[in-house]
Amino acid sequence: MWYRSASFILDRQHQQQNDTVTNPDSRPLSPSSSAMATENPNPSISMYYQTRAAHHGVVTSDWLAQAQAAVGGNSDDAVSDNCVSGGDEECKGFSVVDEFNNWRKQPDLAEAVAAIRALASVIRSSQATTMMELEIELKKASDSLKSWDTTSISLTAGCDLFMRYVTRTSALEYEDFNSAKSRLLERAEKFGEISYKARRIIAMLSQDFIFDGCTILVHGFSRVVLEVLRTAAQNKKLFRVFCTEGRPDRTGLRLSNELAKLDVPVKLLIDSAVAYSMDEVDMVFVGADGVVESGGIINMMGTYQIALVAKSMNKPVYVAAESYKFARLYPLDQKDMVPALRPIDFGVPIPSKVEVETSARDYTPPQYLTLLFTDLGVLTPSVVSDELIQLYL
Amino acid sequence: MDPRRVPRTVSDPKVRQVGFFAPAVPPDRPQSGPPDPGSTSPPLSDISPSSNSLSPVMIPPPRHLSTDLPRNFLHGPPLSPLRDPRAADSSIPVGSYNPSEFLSPSASTEFSEDPLSPRWGRRISSTGKFATSLPSGGIDVAVAKQNAVNLRRDVPDGGANTEMQKEKRATDAKPSKEKLGKAERRAIQEAQRAAKAAAKGEGNRTSAPAGSNPTNTGKSVKPVPQKKDNSSVAASERKSGDRQADKDRKKDVPQPRMQFDDENRVEKAKKRSVVKQTEARNRVELFRHLPQYEHGTRLPELEAKFFSLSPVHPAVFKVGLRYLAGDISGGNARCIAMLQAFQEAIKDYCTPPEKALIRDLTTKINGYVSFLIECRPLSISMGNAIRFLKTRVANLSLNLSESEAKTSLISDIDRFIGEKIILADKVIVKHAVTKIRDGDVLLTYASSSAVEMILEHAHELGKQFRVVIVDSRPKLEGQKLLRRLVGKGISCTYTHINAVSYVMHEVTRVLLGASSVLSNGTVYSRVGTACVAMVAHQFRVPVLICCEAYKFHERVQLDSICFNELGDPDAVSKVSGRKEINSLDGWANSENLRPLNLTYDATPSDYVSMIISDYGMIPPTSVPVIVREYGREHLWI
Repeated sequence: MWYRSASFILDRQHQQQNDTVTNPDSRPLSPSSSAMATENPNPSISMYYQTRAAHHGVVTSDWLAQAQAAVGGNSDDAVSDNCVSGGDEECKGFSVVDEFNNWRKQPDLAEAVAAIRALASVIRSSQATTMMELEIELKKASDSLKSWDTTSISLTAGCDLFMRYVTRTSALEYEDFNSAKSRLLERAEKFGEISYKARRIIAMLSQDFIFDGCTILVHGFSRVVLEVLRTAAQNKKLFRVFCTEGRPDRTGLRLSNELAKLDVPVKLLIDSAVAYSMDEVDMVFVGADGVVESGGIINMMGTYQIALVAKSMNKPVYVAAESYKFARLYPLDQKDMVPALRPIDFGVPIPSKVEVETSARDYTPPQYLTLLFTDLGVLTPSVVSDELIQLYL
Repeated sequence: MDPRRVPRTVSDPKVRQVGFFAPAVPPDRPQSGPPDPGSTSPPLSDISPSSNSLSPVMIPPPRHLSTDLPRNFLHGPPLSPLRDPRAADSSIPVGSYNPSEFLSPSASTEFSEDPLSPRWGRRISSTGKFATSLPSGGIDVAVAKQNAVNLRRDVPDGGANTEMQKEKRATDAKPSKEKLGKAERRAIQEAQRAAKAAAKGEGNRTSAPAGSNPTNTGKSVKPVPQKKDNSSVAASERKSGDRQADKDRKKDVPQPRMQFDDENRVEKAKKRSVVKQTEARNRVELFRHLPQYEHGTRLPELEAKFFSLSPVHPAVFKVGLRYLAGDISGGNARCIAMLQAFQEAIKDYCTPPEKALIRDLTTKINGYVSFLIECRPLSISMGNAIRFLKTRVANLSLNLSESEAKTSLISDIDRFIGEKIILADKVIVKHAVTKIRDGDVLLTYASSSAVEMILEHAHELGKQFRVVIVDSRPKLEGQKLLRRLVGKGISCTYTHINAVSYVMHEVTRVLLGASSVLSNGTVYSRVGTACVAMVAHQFRVPVLICCEAYKFHERVQLDSICFNELGDPDAVSKVSGRKEINSLDGWANSENLRPLNLTYDATPSDYVSMIISDYGMIPPTSVPVIVREYGREHLWI
């Protein structure tokens, strides 16, 4: 009784969700899995996974539209409920979530940046007449954005940082409302610009670490890492890349595809071949969903074990992450996080009595990371908390 | 606007420059100026408080001595004074690996904006602090004014700007030398101090004539060559500056702790002391530097003294006696008791004729503190609280009346207790409870008030968890905790530290209190804590330290030897109530036997997963950040 681990709690959660979500359209990845969906009680998909899927092109966009329609239509789904109600409250001809979705359509724009842009436009179109009103409005908007996808760390962190950055200016008390508002807007746009450029900055910073003739192991598909590698290729660096397959959504395939287009020598590994090929690897490059207060990262499932293998073989592990992913979270262990669930297609029917671990991400503690490349500079893991303390306290 | 925010730009050499930011020098700065480092001074608008309010998009702080020096090393000796400012212009001081330094100039302009400016808002805040924190500011000003006349007269509008120029000058004047001479540095310090004094005096006036900058820089051209060439001026300056600087330095450096193996000082201390203590006969060699006294001999004697006239206030005397008897234990309890006793003492205090309250009260408090130290060595948290009180006393404005000063001090102490201890505990509880899940098995060692509150609160919230209380001889403090927790209906396991490796496998979280957290992340706590933390680490169980931020200390300690407290050696050799365990009876007569009863130990930060303080959940590596950001003045309010 005392020993119930968090995974049991998760199970209970998605059992409950299974009861409510029965629409098969929203789940399966491929026709084959939709065929087996009847036998296999598939877990529900977190919003996190859906956005990821949309951005990383794992599934076709019409599938996403379908899935979203299904989710939207399903009144039991708490997330979509929140989203709808958030939109209703805003009403008055303007909704953050709509704005956010607009921004999100740009394929290269990160979710958090889209949110930041959307929040900036909240300030722009606000009809508030006092600072307090504006701040409350902004707060509401960011809350509704956050509740749109509670599992996304970067979205939450981005919104929080935006609020911090924009509203924390001492000048506000002095000026009349209009100039204060324009000041806020200025700050908001600056922040948006910074976030937008972050990826580029990181790519520049990381170039010194990629030397000619090195072998880089990457895991999953991260746009920052791709940008880093692309810049390296453009700088005529000679290097090769090992891509993990990135099961179950095969994000590694996509990355290897992109790299092949850049004429970078690429080798594809199955996820379980990491240790096998680690001795050839000179450095590991991963992205991050979120960077937490301890300096560790939360990233796609499998990052932790790669970091462990790399550590035991004394290979550096570099993380490329924009600073808007810095979150005030402090997971103590793997189960100490908001779970993000995703469907897994095993290709064959799974007997109903067999449990499937459906978490989409894991936590890598800071002692396994070498450096973090962020738009604030190249940081050791312990500096992350320093930055966070300065931002939040 | 928050007054402490502004001035940090001006002189905080601790500003860490991570990331990108815009060059501090505005683009319209005349590049073809005379070879004068003074001209590198940023426009006044960068630093003056009033203009700051006009531009909330923070302009990054100008470069300082500390950041400039390394850059000089990187670039090698600059070719000419002209070269240096330009280098500062185009390079981004992230470090040598900054790509834009190597790629193209256009890249640097494209990306050289500060990424998350709110930091600057925070960083910009230490001169004001510094200036006010300096208790002897008034005296300093006068002396410094004298010393640095020849520097000051060239810079008519003084202010923060002057200081910038001086700093620039300091770095630029000797571009080819890798290090400034000791004397030069001192001279520069003097100059800065003078500038600060001027800034204080002239206040807002400095910010106004931002437009007059060119003329200003033109004037400040002169002193540079003068200073460079004419060493005699510098020398005379130095002479008078020396004494003052030395005095200051003495003030800055904390008094070394009393080493009890230093016979001279021990003798002196004995003469002063109220409590007459007999030294223990068999002192442990390794711990000779710590006070080792016969226990139990002091109490009756002191009690007899209670009604006699003594310089120590009765409230303080009482608290001291209770420390001695061991009635009050636990960091927070001891600290609160001490502060309340001081409150009493301040209430009854009246300034003797022809003495200033600030000075007299400080000496009084010093006397109380040394009495308390004689009763039991201070804990670090108490040291911090005393430091807070002393700064408060020193910062009292001179024109306050005595009763006003007293009420303000008393309310300060109340605020300290309320905010830094009681409220802090509530915040800690709030944070820690989020880390307790249903089904957890929590292990705690000995008795910590914060941990107890956490457990009780989690229980009130209806969380299902079990507690393992690990205890150890001779104090067996865990038993009281066990009693209270069981009384609340929490299911508990009680064991001694010998069994910790056995119980650890079923534990999911270790919650520990701390006497202090030092700035290298070392946790200084009840002896045995390190052992528990290490076992937990070996079993991969997260170790959470609950500690209020007022217990953080900037000291670094690597072991438990150089600073510790020794308890009564009898306590380890005798087991109360067990007559049959008597093999150590009469040990005191043996020459070769030296029992050791340590009170604290130091847990290295590697074994700590998280520190929960009133500033949130932070990794142990961030303790120095808290101490830095909120340190000194601010940490103790």
